[in-house]
Amino acid sequence: MGINWKQYQADIFYDELIDEKGNARLPAKHLASYLQSLDEDELQARQQLADAAIQDMGITFTVYTEEGNIDRSWPFDIIPRTISAKQWRTTADGLIQRLQALNLFIDDLYHDQKIIKDGIVPRDLIEQSTNFRKECVGISPPHGVWAHICGTDLVRDHDGEFYVLEDNLRVPSGVSYMLENRSITKRVLPELFEQDKILPISDYTSQLYKTLADLAPNVDKPEIVVLTPGIYNSAYFEHAFLAQQMGAELVEGSDLIVAKNGYVYMKTIGGLSRVDVIYRRIDDLFLDPKVFQKDSVLGVPGLMKAWQTGKVALANAPGAGVADDKVIYAYVPQIIKYYLDQDPIISNVETFLCSDKKQRQYVIDNIGKLVVKPANESGGYGMLVGPHSTKKEQAEFVELIKRDPRNYIGQPTLALSTAPTLVGPNKVEPRHLDLRPFVLQGKSSYVTTGGLTRVAMRKGSLVVNSSQGGGSKDTWIVDMEAK
Amino acid sequence: MLLSRVAERIYWTARYLQRVESTARLVNVYTNLLMDLPKDIDISWYNLITLNSAEEKYEERYKIQDERNVVKFTLADGDTNTNSMIASLEMVRENLRTTREVMPENAWELINELVSFAKKSIADGALNRGKRHEFLTQVINQCQLIQGYVESTLSHDEVWDMWCIGRALERADMTTRILDAGANMLFEHDYKEKSHVPLVVWGNVLRSSGGDHSYRRHVAASVYGPKVVEFLISDKFFPRSVGYCLHQIELSVKKLPRGRKVMSAIKTLDLGHGLPSSFEQLDGELSGYLNDVQVKIGDLHSIFAETWFSLD
Repeated sequence: MGINWKQYQADIFYDELIDEKGNARLPAKHLASYLQSLDEDELQARQQLADAAIQDMGITFTVYTEEGNIDRSWPFDIIPRTISAKQWRTTADGLIQRLQALNLFIDDLYHDQKIIKDGIVPRDLIEQSTNFRKECVGISPPHGVWAHICGTDLVRDHDGEFYVLEDNLRVPSGVSYMLENRSITKRVLPELFEQDKILPISDYTSQLYKTLADLAPNVDKPEIVVLTPGIYNSAYFEHAFLAQQMGAELVEGSDLIVAKNGYVYMKTIGGLSRVDVIYRRIDDLFLDPKVFQKDSVLGVPGLMKAWQTGKVALANAPGAGVADDKVIYAYVPQIIKYYLDQDPIISNVETFLCSDKKQRQYVIDNIGKLVVKPANESGGYGMLVGPHSTKKEQAEFVELIKRDPRNYIGQPTLALSTAPTLVGPNKVEPRHLDLRPFVLQGKSSYVTTGGLTRVAMRKGSLVVNSSQGGGSKDTWIVDMEAK
Repeated sequence: MLLSRVAERIYWTARYLQRVESTARLVNVYTNLLMDLPKDIDISWYNLITLNSAEEKYEERYKIQDERNVVKFTLADGDTNTNSMIASLEMVRENLRTTREVMPENAWELINELVSFAKKSIADGALNRGKRHEFLTQVINQCQLIQGYVESTLSHDEVWDMWCIGRALERADMTTRILDAGANMLFEHDYKEKSHVPLVVWGNVLRSSGGDHSYRRHVAASVYGPKVVEFLISDKFFPRSVGYCLHQIELSVKKLPRGRKVMSAIKTLDLGHGLPSSFEQLDGELSGYLNDVQVKIGDLHSIFAETWFSLD
């Protein structure tokens, strides 16, 4: 016999599929009974089929270890995570609202700085931000948009509501895995797509293409390229995937040059060929050795000038990262109110800023209960999860905070929601997860249908990053009103 | 427009894929050849090493020149032998990994399957005589499957022309090596007593190039050395003859940007020069000619690299 949901215990956490009585939530109804109908061997066979598909499709990510770089297969759990279409629609509105406000904020920061003058955001926060680029002051990118592609991390607390955990406005990754997760699920659980109305997700890459093409409004058929740091980057798989899906060229810095006329060209077998839009997947500081890191070989000399003079479009625009600082994060509700005169549709997680004396003291006094994060790290590095840490680690973090208070924030440790995850032969246990939808903004806005669900595969762990033992699941937005 | 860096990788993908197939074919045929020859004939496995000019590397690793070592070195020694079948497979995979945006998606999936199949089979003892034939046949078939996918789903644009050039160059190179090995084998030994030996050798040379069927239909029903050599060097219709391959290269070159420049460089190479007027005497003249062609194939590669791959 298959999984017995009555024995499944999600404890105090909100479980995405199963409620506290052991009944499947509405969007997961078919899924749960279908999984129950599969016997032990069949369930295991499906997981093996998924693992084999991942190998054949070459879905990998790179982990940097002391022994060198390892290409690992993408860890994937076959049990999808479900969300009702109704709840998703509201969430999507909230994500669009948030990115619009953030773009207005970035544009303001590089022009009149009204929000600072009006006393909403303190000036020194911006001046001390490592992601504020003086080279961007006064520049007006097309449509006033700086962050065209955003990966917003959402979590569900025990109340079942979504909260924004962080905004990733620099080079967010993961969307290719979201798309591949769906193709794997279609291979391994094809029967379920007949029963449920699971909304498709496949239009992301054409929406991305459109967003990018709109950045070169005066060019008939713009040449769009994806700029990758190269094959040793952990997200190279994704760069290649997106280029392939968009029919764009995948270029490295050395494939491009800025010519005397200020335009950007790529080196082709027929000579130089002009590039209109660069979807860059390298960080600001590596973009242009003439302006930023002098020894960077990943970028293109003269690229910043080409962008500043409007001869090439960059997505995301340089300097957009100023708004995904975790300290700025605390101000996003006010930022939304200030620019859009609206209340935020999705709430923030309560955040304590260590730059503020009173809040800092609170963080230090309660460090064993809080999550402490540096303002500008990504990938889950350099953070402290209070309840899972030792006294020694806590003391180290108190020191770090005191030394550089601007760079740290504290947040309550959330009771991250869980979903049933296959952890052994016929053994299903709850594992914590989050959700990263991808939001596009150009001439118009777009949100992926669902997003990338990342799972902490270790029991009790809250760290979902793939570089640190995280896995993933397909995310189903289930339309229950559809006939 | 095709990026220079990508063009180079496509070209090498095609070359390595062809190398994988040729190597598998060669070992397969060799295994058969030795079964057909009288026991006292001294044709050694080591010929496979000389044919690929890999003596130095082989001797770094092995002392004994026996079947086990040669087969292992030729097929499975990824680290020592960069031309081994497994190393070539890895190169195909690596090049496809870095050209995924221009190549059909299936090619990538198929090569992943093939690499894991080859590694697993080798670990499971597929190099042993009993399993070798089946294993290599599977590898050859999978290579052909990838060729088929590429041929039938990739637009026949610049990417395709690069692919064709790489493939044809590698084929021409392999054909000259196989011919050279066959000629040497017979040149060094006197087989008057055992007249069926040349027959066996040339028959296998043909099979190594997959040309036995075509030869029988278009040239003669019986295998005759000089005719085999002529067929593999200058047949106009057989896709792996040196002449056909060079002609294919020219056709693709003409379609590519800067093709004219490359064509005039090819003209100065004078690829037809030194072709023996008759192949009745399979002596040093043939060997000299084949060596000359191999050098020119190397020169061709340099011309391509200068014209298309480096733009600095």
